[in-house]
Amino acid sequence: MDFQLVWQYFPDLLNGAWLTIELVALSLFVGFFLAFICGLAALSRYHLLRYLAQSYMFIFRGSPLLIQIYLIYYGSSQISWIKDSFLWAILSQAYWCALIALTLNTAAYTAEIVRGAIRNIPQGAIEAGKSFGMSRWLLFRRITLPQTLRLMIPAYSNEVIQMLHASALVGAITLMDLTATAQNLISRTYASYSFYLAIAVIYLVTTYVISGIFRLLERRLYRHLRLNEA
Amino acid sequence: MQNISAYGWMLWDGFFMTVLIAVTSFAIALFFGLIAAYAKLTRSKIVNFIASCYTVIIRGIPEYVLLLILYFQGAQLLAFIISLWAEPQGFIEISPFMAGCLTLGFVYGAYATEAFRGGFQAIPKGQIEAAYACGMSRWLVGWRILIPQMWRFSLPALGNIWMVLLKSTAIVSLIGLEELARKSRIAAGATRDPLTFYSIAALIYLGLTAISILLIRYLEHKSHPDRRKGYN
Amino acid sequence: MKKVLFFLVVVIAAAGAYFYINPNEFSRLKQWAGFEKASPTKTIRIATEGAYPPFNYIDATGQLKGFEIDLAQALCQKMQATCEIVTQDWDGLIPALLAKKFDVIMAGMSITQERLQRVDFSDKYLNTPSRFVAKKGSDFEISASGLAGKRVGVQRATIHENFLRKLFPQAEIVLYDTLDNSFLDLIGGRVDLILADSVAVNDGFLKTTNGQNYAFIGPSYTEPKDILGNGVGAAMRKGETELLKSFNEAIKAIRADGTYKTINDRYFDFDVFGQ
Repeated sequence: MDFQLVWQYFPDLLNGAWLTIELVALSLFVGFFLAFICGLAALSRYHLLRYLAQSYMFIFRGSPLLIQIYLIYYGSSQISWIKDSFLWAILSQAYWCALIALTLNTAAYTAEIVRGAIRNIPQGAIEAGKSFGMSRWLLFRRITLPQTLRLMIPAYSNEVIQMLHASALVGAITLMDLTATAQNLISRTYASYSFYLAIAVIYLVTTYVISGIFRLLERRLYRHLRLNEA
Repeated sequence: MQNISAYGWMLWDGFFMTVLIAVTSFAIALFFGLIAAYAKLTRSKIVNFIASCYTVIIRGIPEYVLLLILYFQGAQLLAFIISLWAEPQGFIEISPFMAGCLTLGFVYGAYATEAFRGGFQAIPKGQIEAAYACGMSRWLVGWRILIPQMWRFSLPALGNIWMVLLKSTAIVSLIGLEELARKSRIAAGATRDPLTFYSIAALIYLGLTAISILLIRYLEHKSHPDRRKGYN
Repeated sequence: MKKVLFFLVVVIAAAGAYFYINPNEFSRLKQWAGFEKASPTKTIRIATEGAYPPFNYIDATGQLKGFEIDLAQALCQKMQATCEIVTQDWDGLIPALLAKKFDVIMAGMSITQERLQRVDFSDKYLNTPSRFVAKKGSDFEISASGLAGKRVGVQRATIHENFLRKLFPQAEIVLYDTLDNSFLDLIGGRVDLILADSVAVNDGFLKTTNGQNYAFIGPSYTEPKDILGNGVGAAMRKGETELLKSFNEAIKAIRADGTYKTINDRYFDFDVFGQ
């Protein structure tokens, strides 16, 4: 392992890491809201809505992210009505294509988590709310939403880590994220061991920082349960 | 349309290869997972530690990066380990197929470990004690009590791992295995028609996922005879 | 018993499928088991990219084709060696060579000082200039300032990338994994120009139906040599002097006996061997 070489190019790696974090954070943020809408729609009483939400989830969870990225990036430049419309200003940039692919992908996975969490809310809590005469909106805000968020945490922390790892694929469409930066440096210096190990360590540390944050959050949100146990 | 008929066979070969890679890697993952799960549950602290290192490190690094490391450096690593025992005879030949499958299997073995460990721990302690009380040997307990039930309890988690693994085979296209994602990339590049070929590839993956869902549902149904009534 | 039988059937079916897809593996297995004598000549494994027409590419039937493939076969015949040609992505070629996944690279790889630090090269077997390509009728001024801010696509880890970085530092350089993908983006309009090997551009893109609206722009580049290299050679691991020697002799031999010319004329109407 050649520490000096890695140190020399460390600013480049940091730039790549920053792009990775930016992409992951933005897609998770937008994806979270989409996921809630989609998760609720998947449980809706209306057939059409349910059907649409479920097919969206199936498509994005059932095919590889790499193919989705390729399709959004290379596929979009082939469709003439997209190229003639305002959409092209967005889709002509690799950055936005990657962001869209990652967002749609995480939204589909998170929607499944949301759906599972809503289903696992104790029926008694909802019935209790109803018997207080809460409106549907109030019921959602006071009971469904907080309970869902709490029940989601363990699965969602996995999803966040999965997204961090999945973002390593955006190098396939010309973006210089952490992995692509390392690959580029390797092709210039041929010091493959050093750079791969360096980015492996960066990913490893980031992953466990994220999982640590979620564990703290979980501890806080479940503190009422711990009190009961004690 | 002309392109599709010309390059269709190529995608078919790729589809075949994808299934083969997925099945082989999954078998390898189960193997690694069982061993590591056993290692995590055994009493020796050192063995526990090694098994924990395996899962912690693998689960903390993107599959793609691991694949690059293991694929390009793995053979050298293996040669080094073997050279500790014996004179290295030339270099060890691992075909790209086996290298890719071993790598995927090694990575997903770490995820399977947790599934198996969960399965082991879900087995009621009383049953094991009862088996020992009946005079069963350790191996017999493992064979008759632990493995059949552990299989049942870890099935949902294993099903998830299979689905993720199936999609991850697309990543091995980036190290050059001629599977579906790579074949569609070749066809898309040659015909300059990425939309068609990536769409077909996506549809094939969706089909594979749909079949997997049905299969997993069937297996879960089979593995829970007690739940069958009214469950399905 | 039934389960064991089922398991056996599954294993046999999987093995059958595996060997159906990888016939090479099957003969390797037979050799290993002693059913078949290993061929007396050593097998040389040659890697190529398979996405660089007309030098090396994969056709609709999945077969490797191209000038370098024919050349590799001719060289092997001269060396009286059996050859196996495999594909590997461009980025992975040198790492995989060093990891001993194969023995030789013939993938349009130019002989540069940078690469010579890690691998050895045979004598050059072709040499063609580099050139910019853009939409017909575009009036880019090909100079360091003229391309400032223009999006220029290039395959990553190539002499062309280094060339752009050194001579056109103000251009916005977009890096691609394969040349094919950069053409997709030129057609799509995401890049303004592409810098690549002139023959690869001409035969692999301009002559195809998709390339009709595009044309070369600016001069052909062969200088500076320290960036663009001294032609394309076959790369090998350092220290494999025997192999290197036999490659050099074979290249000389096919140049002398007209085999090179026959292959050359199959693809080109000029001599790609260059000066």
